[in-house]
Amino acid sequence: MWDWQYVFEILPELVRALKMTVSATLCGFAVACVGGLLLAAAVRSRYMFLRLAAKAVIGFIRNTPLLVQVFFLYYSLPVLADIKISAFAAGIIGLGLHYSTYLSEVYRSGIEAVPKGQWEAATALNFSKWRTWRNIVLPQALPPIIPVMGNYLIVMFKETPILSAITLVELLLTAKNLVSDTYRVFEPYTLVGILFLAISYPASLLVQRLEKRMNLPRGL
Amino acid sequence: MQSIVRYSNITKSYGDLEVIKGIDLDIAPGEKLAVIGPSGSGKTTLGRMLMTLEVPTSGTIELDGELLWHIRDKERLIRANEKHLHRMRGSVGMVFQHFNLFPHMNVLRNVTEAPRKVLGMSKEEAAESAVSMLRKVGLEDKLKMYPAQLSGGQKQRVAIARALVMRPKVMVFDEVTSALDPELVGEVLEVIREIAEEGEMAMMLITHEMDFAKEIADRVIFGADGRIVEQGTPEQIFDNPQSERLQSFLKRFRAGYALRD
Repeated sequence: MWDWQYVFEILPELVRALKMTVSATLCGFAVACVGGLLLAAAVRSRYMFLRLAAKAVIGFIRNTPLLVQVFFLYYSLPVLADIKISAFAAGIIGLGLHYSTYLSEVYRSGIEAVPKGQWEAATALNFSKWRTWRNIVLPQALPPIIPVMGNYLIVMFKETPILSAITLVELLLTAKNLVSDTYRVFEPYTLVGILFLAISYPASLLVQRLEKRMNLPRGL
Repeated sequence: MQSIVRYSNITKSYGDLEVIKGIDLDIAPGEKLAVIGPSGSGKTTLGRMLMTLEVPTSGTIELDGELLWHIRDKERLIRANEKHLHRMRGSVGMVFQHFNLFPHMNVLRNVTEAPRKVLGMSKEEAAESAVSMLRKVGLEDKLKMYPAQLSGGQKQRVAIARALVMRPKVMVFDEVTSALDPELVGEVLEVIREIAEEGEMAMMLITHEMDFAKEIADRVIFGADGRIVEQGTPEQIFDNPQSERLQSFLKRFRAGYALRD
């Protein structure tokens, strides 16, 4: 039933697809990190318009399925606005935007954990808003949330098969193509699972170690 | 001489609660003003409004002859924008009850960060003036330590150096010894006494340390329930209080002090 020769035959192609999957994840995560920070800052803005807009975006994106969002970006946008983007771009924007709404919440928890006195000291020393964020608040808000961010990175990685639906040739679609060529189901799909596991599991161990290090007493 | 700070008919409310009920107060350049009074009398709020951490509900504050919270638009006063506040804030400094040192920076960086990023000093220039300030507060051997490694008294002295290095014209000391263990209070007061003796900077000392206020203040104001009840020289306030309110406050304070000893 399990054909080793076939496994070695398809493995190089699957590993190539794995590279595509990893790079889509990393690019999507970069979008999510930047987008999440912008959303978190907008939610705290003193301008009501920005606050409401950010909350509306977060509510809208969280309450619609990721699959529908990437379909919209890839298939509907060209029709609606004459914007044609590649499957890869649609994939990382979709994935990134979707997770930015969750990361914004993670940022928020980190930012709110910075004591009010830190903002006040920054004001008393006449730091500008931008300097306060960059030099005082974020350096304290980010380290404690790195493990949580890492967990979201792993979750995103495991969500990439959704992008096969918009023809991005990542791991799952590659396996599907192999299956439709050879009608052998067992090896390709099993290998896909193993490859995901081979990346996710060590990554989750790394996150756990980070978490332990973060929990060391630091004190103020 | 023109005042460095002038509060005119200042009020402050939080919702229905009025904590400052119309205060007029002038501080002369270089003057050492002590503000005493029971908790909840609004003395901290007074200092925080000068540092632009609280917006007054009504009234005006002038800093060095210029409106702090407002700008003039023809005959009307309009609320100042961040740019105006940023320019004005350069003349004020503040030391907080809970130090508020930056925990992710070592002692030297705590003191050099604002001169570099706000005043645009070079790294060397900033380090030089920071080290001289840290020498003044007796901590030039702790440059590489982090706040978590310091005692409360040392933290507060770093915070004083950090505020001093910006060369404010007036400095608010907001109950700077209240969070300290009793045996560490002395070293902080000693540093403040030395700064006061240098003279040129005006100081607003919001404090519960009556003996200290008596010793270094040029003038003392006693506030209660959001108003200035009595003011005068330290001798007038502490040795010859006029109002019943101040008399009972001092009596209670001395009784408490005796109990603590």
